[in-house]
Amino acid sequence: MTSSFLRKFRILFSALILICFIIVFADFKSLVPAKYIDYLLIPQFVPSILSFVSLKSLAASGFIFVLLLTLLTGRTYCSFLCPLGIGQDLFSRIGGRIRKKFRRYGYKKPHTILRYSILAVTLAVTLIWGIYMLTLLDPYSIFGRFMTYFGKPAVLGLNNFVSGIFGKFGNYSVPHVPVRGFQLAAYTIPVFFFLLVGTLSFIKGRLYCNMVCPVGTFLGLISKVSLLRIKINEKTCTRCGRCAVRCKSSCIDFLHYDVDVTRCVDCFNCIQICPEKAISYGVLNANNQSEPVTEDAGKRKFISQVILLLFGFSRLAKSQDKETAPHPSKMSTVKENKTYPVCPPGAGSLESFNKKCTACSLCITACPNHVLQPAVKEYGLIGFMQPVMDYHKSFCTYNCNVCTEVCPTDALKPLLLDAKKLTQIGKVVFIKDNCIVKTEKTACGACSESCPTKAVYMVPYEGNLVIPETNQDICIGCGHCEYACPTKPYKAIFVDGNPVHAAAKKPEVKESEITSPTEFPF
Amino acid sequence: MRRREFFRKSIGAGMAAGAALSFGSYGKLLGSETPASAKYDLVAIMGGTPEAMFDLGIQELGGMEAFVKKGQKVIVKPNIGWDVVPELAANTNPGLVKRIVEHCFKAGAKEVYVFDHTCDNWVNTYKNSGIEKAAKSAGAKVVPANSENYYQAVSIPGAVKLKSVKVHQLLLEADVFINVPILKDHNSTRMTCCLKNMMGVVWDRGYWHANNLHQCIADYGLYEKKPSLNIVDCYNVMVKHGPQGVSKEDVVQMKSQIITTDWVAGDAAAARMLGVEPERIDYIPIAHKMGLGNMMLDTLNIKRIKM
Repeated sequence: MTSSFLRKFRILFSALILICFIIVFADFKSLVPAKYIDYLLIPQFVPSILSFVSLKSLAASGFIFVLLLTLLTGRTYCSFLCPLGIGQDLFSRIGGRIRKKFRRYGYKKPHTILRYSILAVTLAVTLIWGIYMLTLLDPYSIFGRFMTYFGKPAVLGLNNFVSGIFGKFGNYSVPHVPVRGFQLAAYTIPVFFFLLVGTLSFIKGRLYCNMVCPVGTFLGLISKVSLLRIKINEKTCTRCGRCAVRCKSSCIDFLHYDVDVTRCVDCFNCIQICPEKAISYGVLNANNQSEPVTEDAGKRKFISQVILLLFGFSRLAKSQDKETAPHPSKMSTVKENKTYPVCPPGAGSLESFNKKCTACSLCITACPNHVLQPAVKEYGLIGFMQPVMDYHKSFCTYNCNVCTEVCPTDALKPLLLDAKKLTQIGKVVFIKDNCIVKTEKTACGACSESCPTKAVYMVPYEGNLVIPETNQDICIGCGHCEYACPTKPYKAIFVDGNPVHAAAKKPEVKESEITSPTEFPF
Repeated sequence: MRRREFFRKSIGAGMAAGAALSFGSYGKLLGSETPASAKYDLVAIMGGTPEAMFDLGIQELGGMEAFVKKGQKVIVKPNIGWDVVPELAANTNPGLVKRIVEHCFKAGAKEVYVFDHTCDNWVNTYKNSGIEKAAKSAGAKVVPANSENYYQAVSIPGAVKLKSVKVHQLLLEADVFINVPILKDHNSTRMTCCLKNMMGVVWDRGYWHANNLHQCIADYGLYEKKPSLNIVDCYNVMVKHGPQGVSKEDVVQMKSQIITTDWVAGDAAAARMLGVEPERIDYIPIAHKMGLGNMMLDTLNIKRIKM
């Protein structure tokens, strides 16, 4: 095919995909039902493989589709389905517009050693030690973090700007949504990658995809035997070089009529630009030239500069949390002693969760209560940026199971709402010596009031006072008590994580002694 | 005559010296906001639907026209605390809220606003309580109270603990404030009703919990923007595991309603509905002594209606 239709179709399709991804991640009103999110995420390569390994079922077979697609069409995944790839195309375009003169890419030698080393190290680390490298380098997860850490707050900022203007006229139809930051350390990696991917795509097109991304490199290997590919007709080609100048992957060696299929992402820009219609997309007719192996061009200097930039930027990023916590006159004295962090419902156990989560942060952005926060030290190194329940920030809504529904890697297994309400992710612990009722001798009960199962209840204390008591059997570890507890700096009640999630007992149901009145009691 | 008697008695009940200050604002409340046509201090209705009981009860107080004037901006403040279905009675009956909004508009209200600072996620709570839909269908504006941006700091002269508090900005703008609590058991204060419902118009509830909850509840009663009408929903009453409840077994159908201009009296009557003496609920005697109202039910002119 030599028609420019291919390029138009690519742009339209990928724009749709990117818009869908942006909507899903920026959806602060929880408007998109979880099943549609699932459809969108099925073909994401790394999450799909992880899900397949976990479920051992063909239900999670999106990656097989991607493999077949690559065998048939080459690296179309990178241009049509990968949100990070599409996002880079957008960045390149903006970059081209800003640097007014025509963007010239031109043929470059591949970074062969670098890219295959990254792929090999990623595979080795993943198979031997754990998920570290995939968390860092899975393109979908990188995109997810960009949206969660930067994209969504930007959308919320816009919403709040509009809300403020409406509010000036007494109109409440656009509710103000507080923007909440994460722990500062959690930003380091997303900021680093944002600078890296952003700058590379801004200046060099798809260099990140062809130098760093392990998925790109892997699919590139498969593309070597793909059926359909870009080819140059040696008879009509005038070697004008426009195709090479236009190629985001810098992979067209027009002097030798060669296209490096391991780097070509099938964007079809070359087909459209060729004045002789010498470039087409179709079945290759044998005599495939072997690619030359070259040394990796030194971009180390660039990378070191990016790292320097990162340090500057991370200092600038500030947590937006306002100090709104209440202030009792006495400070609490006993430190909360958490044995384990609390991992989200559906995780099953800390161990299996830490192994499977790539920190794409979709659950973090989907959580309507903002209780899921990126971990910094809570899980150790393996769980850096993975979601952890932070009960000082918020609590887990009893009537909600969204995080378990959206997870694409099966790190959080789907839980029906009724099952979630009986899944014990942690157990309540009461520290009497911190409690207002004991220290101030006044009524409080904020914890018990918040408890959806009455695992925290009040028993008589001194005089007319009542003080909390706990029943761990029916506690599900939602953390509402910990969140509501007004003591500072330490809470008087907290949830200690279950390393292996357990089943909570159903709350007891007893008929009340009070009956319907027939006369007014006054 | 009744009114004077009431004053004498509440003073006789033993006002603290400092409360004399606050007495002034209470006098102002009665003078400016209670219509002259009201014959009763408290109207109690039993045996009908929440809507029918309200229709009947409000007539005894001179109709909604006695409280809402043409062109006024009205706040109707139900309890929308918890993300549960109406049957569990953790939130005010949505049908009742709707009927009250309708009465406000009939009386000539320009705008009616409904909001609460929810305990659970506000979007889900507004929705699942059924109140958002019910109030909107009657023409009310159901507005958010989820962000500190909506709150403004005010001071409460005469307060013991709660000297200043951030209240929802609509409270400052509105002409009429109607309090529509639901009567519920409460794990720590034993009961939540009229006065405690005010924890939903402030931003920082934690402060109340940490600084003598009962005193703060009573202190808030001194704030000048008082409800001109309190309508207590006692149709389905959560008698244990309050204020959130766990199951339907926590709820008893009482098919009752209390309408009053005196929120301390409303709380006292409501306490009796739960089978608790008003004196046993600390904030009621505190509020009584501060001159916020009259908890002595036998001194009040009460109209009792059975349907």
